[in-house]
Amino acid sequence: MSAAPAATGTAIGMSGVTVRFTTRRSQTTALDDVSLDIEPGEFVTIVGPSGCGKSTLLKIVAGLVKPTSGEVSLLERPVRGPQKEIGFVFQKAALLEWRGARANILLQAEMRGMDRAQAARRADELIEMTGLTGFEKALPHELSGGMQQRVALCRALLHAPPVLLMDEPFGALDALTREQMNAELHRIWRETGTTVVLVTHSIAEAVFLGTRVVVMSARPGRIIRTFAVELPAHRDYAQVMSDPRFDRLATELRGLLGSAAANH
Amino acid sequence: MTENSLDTAGRSAAADQVSGARAAASASGEVGAAVVDGPSTVAQPPSGGGRAPRPTLGRRAAALADSLWRPALVLVAFFVAWWFVAAREYVPNYLVPTPGQVWTTMTDQWSELARHTMVTLYETVLGFVLAAALGLATAVAIAYSRTLDKALYPIVLFAQVIPKIAIAPLLVVWFGLGLTPKIILAVLIAFFPVVISGVAGLRSTDPELLDLSATMGAGPWRTFRKIRFPNALPHLMAGLKVAVTLAVVGAVVGEFVGASEGLGYVLLLANGNLDAPLLFADLILMSAIGIVLFVLVEIAEALLIPWHASRRAGVSLTTS
Repeated sequence: MSAAPAATGTAIGMSGVTVRFTTRRSQTTALDDVSLDIEPGEFVTIVGPSGCGKSTLLKIVAGLVKPTSGEVSLLERPVRGPQKEIGFVFQKAALLEWRGARANILLQAEMRGMDRAQAARRADELIEMTGLTGFEKALPHELSGGMQQRVALCRALLHAPPVLLMDEPFGALDALTREQMNAELHRIWRETGTTVVLVTHSIAEAVFLGTRVVVMSARPGRIIRTFAVELPAHRDYAQVMSDPRFDRLATELRGLLGSAAANH
Repeated sequence: MTENSLDTAGRSAAADQVSGARAAASASGEVGAAVVDGPSTVAQPPSGGGRAPRPTLGRRAAALADSLWRPALVLVAFFVAWWFVAAREYVPNYLVPTPGQVWTTMTDQWSELARHTMVTLYETVLGFVLAAALGLATAVAIAYSRTLDKALYPIVLFAQVIPKIAIAPLLVVWFGLGLTPKIILAVLIAFFPVVISGVAGLRSTDPELLDLSATMGAGPWRTFRKIRFPNALPHLMAGLKVAVTLAVVGAVVGEFVGASEGLGYVLLLANGNLDAPLLFADLILMSAIGIVLFVLVEIAEALLIPWHASRRAGVSLTTS
């Protein structure tokens, strides 16, 4: 796997970001004065009640949504318009249903005009790494939800992006598949050193994966607290689940999220 | 609360599940992949290249036969009834000829009928192709530009509401008795379903795919070619199937109004002479044009979007 990008400065910087959506009848504040700096190589997980603007936050970093006010930077450059230095994974796999798994992964290369041979080699590496071997030609509807999400993950990693943005990527999967995917994502993150921002509803997922957990409040979305996760960098799912530090943090988060939802 | 209970329930199960899958994953990629997804994996043979079996030619033929025998039976019943009524002269033969009489007429006058069929076929195909091209271009304009959407859509709708058959005489006055007015009429009639299905198809693109394509740094042309257009194809092909049958109507109506050749012209002639066998033969040829063209579009669809066809159960002759 390719090495991590040069670890200088911040990977993602947000200061005073506010987003308001104006409809004909009303004005909604999705994000209110959000400031967050993310270092290269960090794995930041964002938890919060539904509709707290977590997804909007990712879209702002990607340059897909323009903040009403505030500054956003990606890799030390101000974000204006869609960013190319990222990989994006959505809750839905969002695959092209007429393409096989491998061709879906290679879409990234075709859209970017990457070198074909190099992209093909990289795709094969990723396919092996995510256990998609043998399913290269399978169409999306022939794959299970977990497999589809693996394909989406490979597609997002094909160009070795310095930043990976994930919007509840495993939200639609069953509990066991989800744990599997968590363990795999953790391994991939360790191997690639990519900066990851992952939005989730699951406290267990947030704590297991994150080096830092950001807790957001219900609408308007604000950052209530940020926790550094005191778990080893190299984590094993079963070990983490039985670790008292995991329990303590999970309990604290649950309490915090309960009050965040109740206050609204 | 649900999360809470899920976590505790999952935790005890997690330990053995994870270690089990780990071991399997290290054994071999393929086996690992099958185990990793556990209960949610689609049942697939591990040695089958991970691909669900596609219908073979034999199975496809069987499916086709299965879908065709019922309409075939109805058709045969209809022919028998027709033959029975006509041969017994329950209805006089100058009104309803026997199938035999129609057959004789068709074979006797084959060279003439073939020439007229070719004329109508030519008008229909040209009209259909033009309608498809113009319709697709209009659909792209409408789907991509809000301004053009507002400017063009009402006009397209308005043009559809005007009875095209009523314009036919005007077209003859403007363009004479040649092929042009027939082709224009075929285009006008076939245009609308292409536009509507094209717009629907292009708009059905998953917005997340468009977001994704923006972060891939692709320009609008690449996004169109790789994502939006292939995504629109199932809708578009459904529209084209409707359009091709309508194009026949356009061509024949054009011939009714003023022509010296074509099946529509022959129909008027036969009608005037009370030549029922010729009239029936003519009708059969017109229907044949429609059916053949429809099947050709179906075949084009199967070749262009096999991924879509494979999602449908069996082979069907209806629009999806």
